[in-house]
Amino acid sequence: MQIPAPFDYVRASSVDNALALLDRHGAESRVVAGGHSLLPMMKLRLARPDWLIDINDLYELDYLLVDGPVLRIGAMTRHTTLLESDDVRRLFPIITDAEHVIADPIVRNRGTIGGSLCQADPAEDLSTVCHVLDAVAVVRGPAGERMLSMAEFHRGPYETAVAQNELLIEVRVPIRAGSGSAYEKVERRVGDWAVAAAGASVTLAADGTISKATVGLTAVGLDRNVTEVEAVLVGQVPTEQLFAEAGQLAADACDPLADQRGPIDYKRHLADELTRRVLRVACSRAAASVPDVTIQEG
Amino acid sequence: MQISMTINGTDVTREIEPRVLLVHFIRDDLRLTGTHWGCDTTNCGTCVVLMDGQPVKSCTVLAAMADGHTITTVEGLAHGATLDPVQQGFMEEHGLQCGFCTPGMMLTARALLDHNPHPEPLEIREAISGQICRCTGYATIVRSIQWAAEHPAGAAPETTTSESTEHEVHA
Repeated sequence: MQIPAPFDYVRASSVDNALALLDRHGAESRVVAGGHSLLPMMKLRLARPDWLIDINDLYELDYLLVDGPVLRIGAMTRHTTLLESDDVRRLFPIITDAEHVIADPIVRNRGTIGGSLCQADPAEDLSTVCHVLDAVAVVRGPAGERMLSMAEFHRGPYETAVAQNELLIEVRVPIRAGSGSAYEKVERRVGDWAVAAAGASVTLAADGTISKATVGLTAVGLDRNVTEVEAVLVGQVPTEQLFAEAGQLAADACDPLADQRGPIDYKRHLADELTRRVLRVACSRAAASVPDVTIQEG
Repeated sequence: MQISMTINGTDVTREIEPRVLLVHFIRDDLRLTGTHWGCDTTNCGTCVVLMDGQPVKSCTVLAAMADGHTITTVEGLAHGATLDPVQQGFMEEHGLQCGFCTPGMMLTARALLDHNPHPEPLEIREAISGQICRCTGYATIVRSIQWAAEHPAGAAPETTTSESTEHEVHA
């Protein structure tokens, strides 16, 4: 029987209340949202907080809002909400693709984007997605709000820039006209962590050439975008040969470990193949996209 | 700490330790043992209950987190002596063998049909993809849920446990 070690439980009634509780209970307190990472860790004594601050009543952080050139996603937005959102599917199909393969439908009813990003599991999909989309994390603490790029926010496996007395409250994703994006994961069975996964976002110029391209990889030892591919892709017309070149660069850039999910050469092969696939789909979606939203340059 | 929730239409209040998981609260404190306790690791899905109408894995929800919410377990599916169409479907289409996964499967099916009354077989398979059955190979579970979708009011009482004509329509 797996039961967490004893702790005290308190429910936060607002973001300010949650921050006050974090401040009051200090280093041995943890925030719980969906709880589908933290509770298993507590059962295994990998986490042993004295205080658990439940933020599930913070409905104020459960929203999806198209706000001019940005999609604003509240940190308490559940995976199911993201998966079922028409705005998300229209603007950022990479998010819909990823949500479709995150855990299973029942876990997705509880898990949140904020929890996923703050857990920062190396095999976690939304971290890669947010890197690829140039998302900005809005973090609130006693001194006010900080806006962090994903490179600043995501420091590595299980580590983010969110301090003990801070809370991730929102993720902002810039909307770019003429863009398409995609995500694909290889997993051993439904709900398992990725063997490897890749995401891509591509913006096409009016002449059909690639004006911006970003590729990210999950679970293969790379906590950043595959910046190497951008120089190869930008300015080019999308072709299979170009995707193959990018795939090879992604395979070279990653640094996977051999584990029960597969040996290194297999994971490099997946990095290559999945990069080609997501670029192919992202380019075709970009070509089909109708620019019906405010354009943000860059 | 003290928690209160509505479970299968009844308000309950109990004193609990904060670390008690919802599955154990339901089984041990409330003695509703229809909710099964399986893997403990959010994988198998036999502990699924509905929380405010949505399926959740009750081994990964604290009882404290359910305070103030509405819970439905398998004991709450039937309406008096009348079985839910999902329960009837599992009987008609032999949706179980050992029965261990069945309570969770039926609750997920109920939530799916409430959300999407006419699911495609693939949508049914996806809805139950977080739950494990080691007996049926899933085919009869999918057919059971399809049966319930095709009989939203359930079967006529006299045909509930016998071969019905509807049964042949989609067999």
